[in-house]
Amino acid sequence: MSEIAGTNKAASPGGRAIAGPRGRRMTIGPLEYGRRFWLRCFVAATFLLLYAPIFTLIIFSFNDSRRNIVWRGFTFKYYEKAWNNDGLFEAFTNSLTIAVLTTIIATILGAMVALLLWRYRFPGKPAYEGFMALPIVIPEICMGVAMLAFFSRIGWPSGMPWPLNLSAITIAHIAFTFPFVAIVVRARMAGFNRELEEASKDLGASEWQTFMNVIVPFMRPGLIAGALLAFTLSLDDFVITFFTAGPETVTFPVKVYSMVRFSVTPEVNAASTALIVITVLATIVAMRFQTPDKTEAT
Amino acid sequence: METWKQSKAVFWTLATPGTLWLAIFFVAPLAIIWGLSFAEKTSIVDTEITGTLSNYIRALGTPVYLKIIWKSIWISALATLMCLIIAFPIAFVVAFAPDKWKPILLMAVILPFWINLLIRTYALISVFRTRGFVNFGLEWLWDGANSILAFIGLGPAVLGAFEPLQMLYNNFAVIAGLVYVYMPFMVLPLYATIERLDKSFLEASLDLGASQARTFWSVVFPLTMPGIVSGIILVFIPCLGSFLTPDLLGGTNATMIGNVIERQFKAANDWPFGAALSFLLMYATFGALALRSLFAGRKSGMEV
Repeated sequence: MSEIAGTNKAASPGGRAIAGPRGRRMTIGPLEYGRRFWLRCFVAATFLLLYAPIFTLIIFSFNDSRRNIVWRGFTFKYYEKAWNNDGLFEAFTNSLTIAVLTTIIATILGAMVALLLWRYRFPGKPAYEGFMALPIVIPEICMGVAMLAFFSRIGWPSGMPWPLNLSAITIAHIAFTFPFVAIVVRARMAGFNRELEEASKDLGASEWQTFMNVIVPFMRPGLIAGALLAFTLSLDDFVITFFTAGPETVTFPVKVYSMVRFSVTPEVNAASTALIVITVLATIVAMRFQTPDKTEAT
Repeated sequence: METWKQSKAVFWTLATPGTLWLAIFFVAPLAIIWGLSFAEKTSIVDTEITGTLSNYIRALGTPVYLKIIWKSIWISALATLMCLIIAFPIAFVVAFAPDKWKPILLMAVILPFWINLLIRTYALISVFRTRGFVNFGLEWLWDGANSILAFIGLGPAVLGAFEPLQMLYNNFAVIAGLVYVYMPFMVLPLYATIERLDKSFLEASLDLGASQARTFWSVVFPLTMPGIVSGIILVFIPCLGSFLTPDLLGGTNATMIGNVIERQFKAANDWPFGAALSFLLMYATFGALALRSLFAGRKSGMEV
């Protein structure tokens, strides 16, 4: 609590200085809710509570103490330890491999579905859209146990050599990530001027040439954003992987789960920090690509 | 937009891969679980689909499981309500913020959502545990109070030794964890509806003499109802099916449906019963979605 209360105190005088009577403007307009003091405090406190646990987790991954709560000096040794932990490293490699494979296939599948929904009118389209959204809306645990039952029922071989032992998890990940990619790409395509496509075809380009030279260049930011989304979703997934993974294949979140159940150690903090950095970077890059630039979308 | 008949070859090329993938690796697994929910165990490893309803009867008729289902519902409802109460002011402030600030504030809301669920839950453990930050801060305050009291002459350690609060492994921890984890899901749909809200309605209401509170209840609240309903469904469904949060923060004291399902599929090895519980969760999800589409349909009909 000390951490939270301390920063909160530091934040509120700043809020008052701007919102108070001696601010830049004397009166707060009736709709300027962002300038009201109590609302500002509320938002600041909520963001603080949202971020304080994550920041303390990151800060204490550098703490030179096993007790993990009192600051004893800066160290990288837990990063070294996490790096040299063979189980953790293997899990990390597995997670990255799955995420890369998932990203490639989910982006292709998602883009195709997005193009289908963008381009065509067909009977039962609303139902089809609902069907595509299903993996997004159903509870993760239902999908997890369904995958478990499915792979055991069809007798999916277990104990295969390295990249193949990840196949079941990768298949499950593709199934729940590509509808997300479809949504992102379709949102991008909504800004496409269909006359460009018609012009290309009028000028004698084939379906394929039009696709490669007109549609794909426009779609690219959506594809990149969708791919990064699939990457983070796959890298982060715990519940579905937990059920789909056999006993011998461990991914990073599953490994962290077993470590967390065992004890709270700075090593887990270090490993978690590494994952946070990767996903946050991917997300920020994805957001950059997702913001529609108005110059293009005329 | 063209009809699919205009270029059938392209239509089928685009439609086939995704549809097939979802049919084989999503619908078929769910169908298997659905079938299993009507099955009986014949031996340790074998199950036979007999069309029995005994799994559902066991889930809804045994007091132990009924209690867990009921508890999952009220924990999720409470967490959803708290999300709504916290998210509404946030969405409001973001929606009325200057354009320069909007993307930054929105990003700040969304970013935690991208951080691994497991890691966020783990971060909460280190805040809540007996030797965690909350107790550490309280102990510091307690010791401070003790030494001040000793200093003004009330004798040493009047308050006694500090007893750490037990904040983990109970319902409180689970609700706090769920609110913490699913809050962004509530802010986004609320923000989207408030953003689209015609601000002149608010101005009219205020100009005609209604107070801010009256304006909120009579104008903002009804007009943002679709966003509220979306937010409630987006938070309530994952809460109801949550497994990780009650598992790590609740321990054995705050078991939810998700934990029972996990146990049936792992330790207890009673897949038919686990399948029935999963499908109860699925039916609840479908019910909630149907409610929303009903609501959305009526709304859009009104606007036209």
